[in-house]
Amino acid sequence: MAALCESFTLCGLGPSGGVGLGGGLLALQPGPDRDHVLLTDRGRTATLFKVSDQKPLGCWSVKHGQIITCPVVCNFETHEYIAVHDDKVLRIWKDKDINLDKVFKATLSADVYRIHSLPNGGPLVLFKGGGVRTLDVLLEAPQQEIENVISDEVIKWSEAFNEGQQPILIFATEKDGDFFVYVKKLKMNSLHKYKLEQQELSKPLSFTAYIKNKIITLLCLYSNYSVYKFLIPLQQNSEEEEQILSKSLLLNLLVSGSVLKGTSFVVLDKDHIAVLGSLGASGDECKECLTIWNTKFQTLQTSKELPLGTSGQLWCYEEKFFFTHGKVLTVIMYKCETSSLAAAVGKLKDSQTPDVSSFVNWNTLGDEELAVSVHSQQSVALKSESRMTDASTTVLEDELRQLMSKAQMPDFQAAIGCVITALINRCKTDPKYYPQNFLLQIVQTRDLSYSLCPDLMAVALEKKDVYLLQNCLQRFPDIPEEITYACLKVFLSLSEAYLQRIDVNLESVICYIDTEFNSKDVKTEIVENGFNAELEQDIWDTKITKKRHLTTDGELCPVGPQKAALLNAVLLSAYSETFLLPHLKNLPAQQAVLFLRYLYYLYVKCSEKINTTLPGVRSPNINQIMDWMCLLLDAHFTVMVMLPEAKELLSNLHKFVRAQVRFYSELNKIEGSLRELQRLNHQKDSQTYSIEVLELI
Amino acid sequence: MGEFEVHRVRFFGLVPAGVRCLAWHPRGGRLALARIDGTVEIYNFAANYFQEKVIPGSDARSVEALCWAAGERLFGAGLGGEVTEYDLARLCVARSVDGCGGPIWSMAANSSGTQLAIGCEDGSVKLFQVVSGGIEFERNLDRRKGRILCLSWHPSGTHIAAGSIDVFRVLNVSSGQTVQRIMVNYHVQKVKRECIVWSIAFLSSGTVVTSDSFGRVQFWDWEQGTLLESHTVSTSAVLSLAVSEKEDSIVVGTSTGATYQFQLLPVKMGSLEKRWVRTKPFQHHTHDVRAVAHSSMALISGGLDAQLVIRPLMEKVQKKGYDAALRKITFPHRRLVSCARKARLLLFQFSQHLELWRLGSTDETGKDGEVLPLCRMPEHLVQFKSKGPEHIYCSCISPCGSWVTYSTASHFHLYRVQYEGDSVSIQKVPKVPKLLLPAYQLQFSSDSGSLFVASARGSVHVLQLLEPGGCKHLHTLRPPSGSPEAVYLLASSTDGHWLAAVGGDWAIHIYNLKCFKHHGTVPTYTCAVTALAIHPLTNNLVIAYSDQQLFEFSIPEKQYTAWSRMVQNFGLHKVWLERDSPITHITFNPKNPSHILLHDTYMFCVLDKSLPLPDNSALLMNQSTLKQLPETARQRQLHAFKICKKFQPLLFADLLDENCLVMVERPIMDIKTQLPLPIQQKKFGT
Repeated sequence: MAALCESFTLCGLGPSGGVGLGGGLLALQPGPDRDHVLLTDRGRTATLFKVSDQKPLGCWSVKHGQIITCPVVCNFETHEYIAVHDDKVLRIWKDKDINLDKVFKATLSADVYRIHSLPNGGPLVLFKGGGVRTLDVLLEAPQQEIENVISDEVIKWSEAFNEGQQPILIFATEKDGDFFVYVKKLKMNSLHKYKLEQQELSKPLSFTAYIKNKIITLLCLYSNYSVYKFLIPLQQNSEEEEQILSKSLLLNLLVSGSVLKGTSFVVLDKDHIAVLGSLGASGDECKECLTIWNTKFQTLQTSKELPLGTSGQLWCYEEKFFFTHGKVLTVIMYKCETSSLAAAVGKLKDSQTPDVSSFVNWNTLGDEELAVSVHSQQSVALKSESRMTDASTTVLEDELRQLMSKAQMPDFQAAIGCVITALINRCKTDPKYYPQNFLLQIVQTRDLSYSLCPDLMAVALEKKDVYLLQNCLQRFPDIPEEITYACLKVFLSLSEAYLQRIDVNLESVICYIDTEFNSKDVKTEIVENGFNAELEQDIWDTKITKKRHLTTDGELCPVGPQKAALLNAVLLSAYSETFLLPHLKNLPAQQAVLFLRYLYYLYVKCSEKINTTLPGVRSPNINQIMDWMCLLLDAHFTVMVMLPEAKELLSNLHKFVRAQVRFYSELNKIEGSLRELQRLNHQKDSQTYSIEVLELI
Repeated sequence: MGEFEVHRVRFFGLVPAGVRCLAWHPRGGRLALARIDGTVEIYNFAANYFQEKVIPGSDARSVEALCWAAGERLFGAGLGGEVTEYDLARLCVARSVDGCGGPIWSMAANSSGTQLAIGCEDGSVKLFQVVSGGIEFERNLDRRKGRILCLSWHPSGTHIAAGSIDVFRVLNVSSGQTVQRIMVNYHVQKVKRECIVWSIAFLSSGTVVTSDSFGRVQFWDWEQGTLLESHTVSTSAVLSLAVSEKEDSIVVGTSTGATYQFQLLPVKMGSLEKRWVRTKPFQHHTHDVRAVAHSSMALISGGLDAQLVIRPLMEKVQKKGYDAALRKITFPHRRLVSCARKARLLLFQFSQHLELWRLGSTDETGKDGEVLPLCRMPEHLVQFKSKGPEHIYCSCISPCGSWVTYSTASHFHLYRVQYEGDSVSIQKVPKVPKLLLPAYQLQFSSDSGSLFVASARGSVHVLQLLEPGGCKHLHTLRPPSGSPEAVYLLASSTDGHWLAAVGGDWAIHIYNLKCFKHHGTVPTYTCAVTALAIHPLTNNLVIAYSDQQLFEFSIPEKQYTAWSRMVQNFGLHKVWLERDSPITHITFNPKNPSHILLHDTYMFCVLDKSLPLPDNSALLMNQSTLKQLPETARQRQLHAFKICKKFQPLLFADLLDENCLVMVERPIMDIKTQLPLPIQQKKFGT
């Protein structure tokens, strides 16, 4: 549940004193450190505040007659402040500077709309004509010519993100009641223009956006008391003509019959938004209030009346809301937990599983249900089948990505299932065709299940695409034991040399695995996403030769990190013993021994820690390890007893378990003795009488 | 301010008896509690959880079940086989009726409070009608083999669920027949051991909730005879169970000292289907939790470790604060120790005996915090054993040490004690006047010449003590308007002029002892008085209330003093008001008239009226800060409350002479060692 917590006043905004001298605030921006904010007023002054202390740390003003036209931002890399006054004059200064007249100054050739500062990467300057420059580029030649890309449209809002290493700037413009959105990728120097789908009788009032899974989600507050959502895919290869973004309704701001006339809003997390606005049934007096809404359940979570009125601006920063209330700038902390009642009682799993539609039997689904979306896709697929070139594959993927961005359409999950089935069918008929990246992306971003696309894992198994299999094992809740076993067998059979060339998610192993290269101080390279190919090559060469001798002592991991990560994915998947056991019996003896050796290694690792858990994310817990170990021993009991290489392993295992049982029983005894000692000690020790001196002042 | 020589006494071997059962009275805001020694206590939640009434137990009377019926009437039943009604004004047993079914294990009242059902050793469930003069036997319900350990009425009053060993039954009240019999150990195939149904609750939906010795809490559909849900909460027994009035929450207590809350929650957010889910575990006790209760705001549990724990439900609390704090009540809210200042003797009151001790002494002096070498050890002089099964209500030693008195429910004893060197001789005073017993409080005058006996109906008897060992009844003081409630606190003035008496209605009456006349009444206040004392020089009456307020009332002028009014205007410090144990004793330092000495279980305080009161921004417990400041800087930091928290838990503190204090502590660990070992729980390798 989301909740508004205590509030406090950051500063006064009155005409007689405080910030802004009654003119109001232009913007609030994060300061150089946590807990710091920069306030820019509609005048000459910028002030830096420490929020928790409610105390200004610094204040800078431009000369009389000048006016700050663009909110002051902080360059997080250099800890400098950047302001623009009188539209064109750029100023840059540091904490120790006092007089803005004396700090760095550059006069630009065009009017600046806004400067965006990103946590890593230099600030971006957006000009009123739609031109974008990084600050560095701009400072090299301040008078450089700035293009006008939006002709006579007016910028209404802008925002910047980092996606990977690449800064992205998005801004919205208006012209004659039409609204446009531009997405600028700086590295690629590409600019995409979109038009927002028209909405009769209402227009956008406020925008906000966030980026997730390479898709920009643009939320827009309309004057018809609704919040709409637009999805803009980032990967867009073709420079096409302007596209129309279709909107989907996210939320109606209705509170028991009356509407909330929102003026501004912010996104809190994937399910919550906060809206500042005035609430009132027709005829009644309007009350301004701050509200938090759950978009998933379409409910108003909490609200707070603001009887003294606001300026309609709302900022949110470090779990705090900032807004003007009456003549002061008020800060309200909030809590926004996605946990539902069900989460608290361990029932959340139900709500997380995909919609029912994802378990529909595809063969019986009527054509008309899928007509809209899938037809076009299949036609695309068929089209591109004829021209089997690389280019057509990318075209196909592009189309699919666009389809995926329209997330709100009904039966979307079903449509995705059909798309995958179509793709997989094509993979089956055409052995050369395998859109690995796209499949991976769908698996990673959509809540899929095994039953939704039953052939996907089979094809991945055939192609030995272990990364995709790892992702499927981690994400699908309903993998049949047969397939789990097949994955296990493939993972165990692949050679280490093959695996090291393949990208695998290692997050479950990097925290505990200690094969030789860990002891060789090359950890940093390994932790890095993916592998440094040259470095690895020689390490692995040495390793493979060395490992043969070292595995038996049970101290070093018997498999490489990639294989370990893949096996962990198997260990974590859900299974039923009854169904798994018959398959497990088919595992070749050598692989069974290797797997058991790895399980033994994990078990020893677990037992090293007092809390018997492995560090890292998605690493198996001791019960899962034990269950698999027992299962494997059950399945291969005779083989293990007969096999000479297994003998030593089994004896080690037996010794280790026996030692542990003894150890725990000793601990229990010690606990009892300690308790008794404590009791005796207390009885002896407690002095029943003394005369002491006590001074009271 | 000064140094004190503190006699730190830890040889008072009090072991509070374990809690056996609880009964929550939702409308009265009161909790009735019975201990295994048969003591019954009433806690008033509205008066800051004050233990406002105590009915001492008796060896002949065990209490296995308590329940409120017919409004504010309290009934108890126990292994003696009798159903007892308690007189809450006179704090004694009003009447008893034999259940005629052997030991009684359980008792429950129907929702309207007009009928009582008891569960007996012989397997019978008997119904009693609650009538104005007591209870009347109504009928026997179907008897089957096996003691009835727990009972619960269906809220409509038509059926009763009765738990026994391995089985529970549902009985139809109007026909008296067993309409359902359900085996609870049916699902356990393992070892053949009996499964005891320790506690049972009948919900209005027809669900029967049982808790049993296998550690399970089970929900049954009684009509179908089917198990709806089963939750294993513990490896040992679940002993107690209570349901909230709304039937959306259940609290259970286990023999490992843990309590758990169950809540009826929707399976999914917004779903109509609801299930019982174990939500919160608590471990506030070390031993069996034999009794639990569920108020609308809190979970209440009582354990064999003698603790009463009140754990507010955070979701019902509006804001985080004092009301949301956990309460643990271990010690009685009244004095069990009295002190003969001049003779340096301490009298300790146990449930069935008294111990008289002489304090040790030293001839050294030292600095703050030093332990001084003893030149004489403390000495256990004599033990007074109370004959008969009745427990002691109250006791007192005279300031000179030569008189000791105590009272049980039906006997009043007065002894003359003489000390010759190391030998002590005791002489029982024969022919004590016949008084209306029991006495609820006994108090000697400061010259040891007379004894005040707090009695029922607001009356106080004044006895004159005669040398060499006699006494006679002088007068009985009564409030002019009468009162049904017993007097529970007394305070007499040093000059022998005044006596203040507080009754169960919380009215404070002041009597003039020279002419045995009612002098006046302190304006009524809405909270219980926890301690009061009359200043030796000014004859101001200092009163501590259970909401931690302090008042000073001038007896001669019959009005609150200027200081008292100032305190009320200024307000006491927030931290002072948020303490959770009441002031149980107030005394004065005749050499420093502005000082008031008071203590609760966790602190001792010297209140210096001549100093300013601290405001909420000041540090209330500032002694350790002050000690670090140089002499000159201290002056500005001084405030009226000089609090020492070194001695805990503090059962008694008194001033022996001008700079000598006695503090009687009872460390929790000392009590724990007297208790049986708790159930061993494995920590490793589980």
